[in-house]
Amino acid sequence: MEIRETAADRNLLLEFLGDLDHHGARDALHQAERAIDAALPKRLVLDFSGVTFMDSSGIALILRTQQRMQLLDGSLMVRGVPPQARRVLDAAGISRLVTIK
Amino acid sequence: MKRKFINEAVIEFLSCSSNESFARSAAACFAAQMDPTLNEVEDIKTSVSEAVTNAIVHAYPESLGKVSLRMRIYPDSVLEVMVKDRGRGIQDVQQARQPMFTTGGEERSGMGFTIMESFMDRLSVRSTPGKGTTVVMRKRIAPRVKK
Repeated sequence: MEIRETAADRNLLLEFLGDLDHHGARDALHQAERAIDAALPKRLVLDFSGVTFMDSSGIALILRTQQRMQLLDGSLMVRGVPPQARRVLDAAGISRLVTIK
Repeated sequence: MKRKFINEAVIEFLSCSSNESFARSAAACFAAQMDPTLNEVEDIKTSVSEAVTNAIVHAYPESLGKVSLRMRIYPDSVLEVMVKDRGRGIQDVQQARQPMFTTGGEERSGMGFTIMESFMDRLSVRSTPGKGTTVVMRKRIAPRVKK
């Protein structure tokens, strides 16, 4: 799992590339948290276009980053979710809790 | 009477997290002979990933242990996947199956069993504390109309 970070004007974009399973998500979560703490964004976008597989580990990552953004009084959007990952989010009812485009 | 399966594969591996992708790919490769749709393949991969991750995270929290993955095909186009460990076991299976329940800390969402239930047709979980856990999932792969 690789994450590309782009920060500008308190907007933070995190692009995820690879398998977002438990193996990949552990480091990804820590890297995402470090990036949020460094950028203190008002808007956070998680781009999942490059996610090749996702299981419930990805749900934990989304919910944890959302908690972090709530503490910062900022917003979170998840975009580019591939069909397989989308079905995982839908099965868990996450689309009701998080903005997914 | 026990129903007879027509094919079977058994794999045993160590509970390293790098084996999560190995296990789900192996299950997808085995299921390929049933001519599943892409969605069905993804359902199988996701469910196997959840079950194997549970064994890695919860069965052997501080050590490496053996996880076995057994896949069977039954005559009416049913795939059965069993994931078995000899780890710590689950104290309360009913509680563990509740959505959002987890003992895995902030890295886990507590949605693993919910996803297995929604992506497979049947899920059974048997566990004995101190002895291990066995998860059995079944899914019927709808035969496709031949052109």
